[in-house]
Amino acid sequence: MSTTTTVTPTKLWSGGKSPFNVEYGKLMMWYFLMSDAFTFGAFLISYGTIRFSTNGWPNPNEVFKSFPFAPEGVNAPLVFVSIMTFILIISSVTMVLAVHAGHNMDKKKVAKNLIWTIIGGIAFLSCQAWEWNHLHNEGAWWGHNPFLNHDGTASSTNFTNYFFTITGFHGFHVFSGVIINIIMLIMTLMDKFEQRGHYLMIEKAGLYWHFVDLVWVFVFTCFYLI
Amino acid sequence: MEHTAAHEEHSDGAIKEIVKVTIILSVLTVIELILGFWMMGMPLESWLRLAVKGTIIILMMAKAFYIVGYFMHLKHEIKNLIMTIVVPLCLFIWFIIAFLYDGNSFRNLRNTYDPHFKEQSTIKVEKKEEGKESTHEVKKPEEKKAAE
Repeated sequence: MSTTTTVTPTKLWSGGKSPFNVEYGKLMMWYFLMSDAFTFGAFLISYGTIRFSTNGWPNPNEVFKSFPFAPEGVNAPLVFVSIMTFILIISSVTMVLAVHAGHNMDKKKVAKNLIWTIIGGIAFLSCQAWEWNHLHNEGAWWGHNPFLNHDGTASSTNFTNYFFTITGFHGFHVFSGVIINIIMLIMTLMDKFEQRGHYLMIEKAGLYWHFVDLVWVFVFTCFYLI
Repeated sequence: MEHTAAHEEHSDGAIKEIVKVTIILSVLTVIELILGFWMMGMPLESWLRLAVKGTIIILMMAKAFYIVGYFMHLKHEIKNLIMTIVVPLCLFIWFIIAFLYDGNSFRNLRNTYDPHFKEQSTIKVEKKEEGKESTHEVKKPEEKKAAE
């Protein structure tokens, strides 16, 4: 039922024990996420470097000020993106609840919380699709930057290039996370985990999903807030 | 269904922890947003603005800690596993300092020795209503810069 083996710290290196006290797949998921963290870190640091080496930069509150179904020219900075942030946080919470239900071998609760997580992921992706589409209609795309700097001077295309590349890469992660969660849901409903006797697979999917939420915390801060 | 009373107690604590972390994350996000709205009215290069940005980054790190520590359960793993994940990530401290310092230095050098670069950042573009028009307007100096 539970993989937790008791670790006696004194004899940690004498063999016969799992030094990390987690199963192989989970450890490898951690290492994959670490490498992914470096990829995102490289993207964001590169963005920061370019921003520091440029004299002006567009004001995010002017660029991201629109809202779906709002009249044209509405000035609502930060509102839409904060909704996206909360969607992702809540879907992360439902994922924890699914993992927790898995510990208790509660198939019904696992399925229910996975469904909520998938809905949250799809909602986030829809928000992002709307925002990309809106910015594209305003003339922003890779290589095109219709926005001006804070002080009204011409802005470089680096702004849109980094925005679309990094949010796109994050959106791709959300998309693959939703696919993974759907596979987990199908496996849960097919009683795969009940047959195995444990829901450890949900934990690994959960780690990936939380990482996606974690990356959004950084992307949200770097692009929309500061 | 068939867990013991001790297990029940443990899982109850886990749920409590999840709720607690959810509330902390939401509150931190709301504070970030309040700071973001407050920052809008501030002059560009003011110290206060810089301080608010610093605060937002500290709040961001706090959120990251709660997500990794509690949602990803790293805080409850054994020390060896925590170390193998966290120690390599310390490289980021160096990366961030080095690259941002480099970017800043590059801007200062260009502003000092490249009059064209400096001039580019002082020419104001008149705001057009149509997005398409201003795209061309904005793009022109870029192309010129690239050609040189």
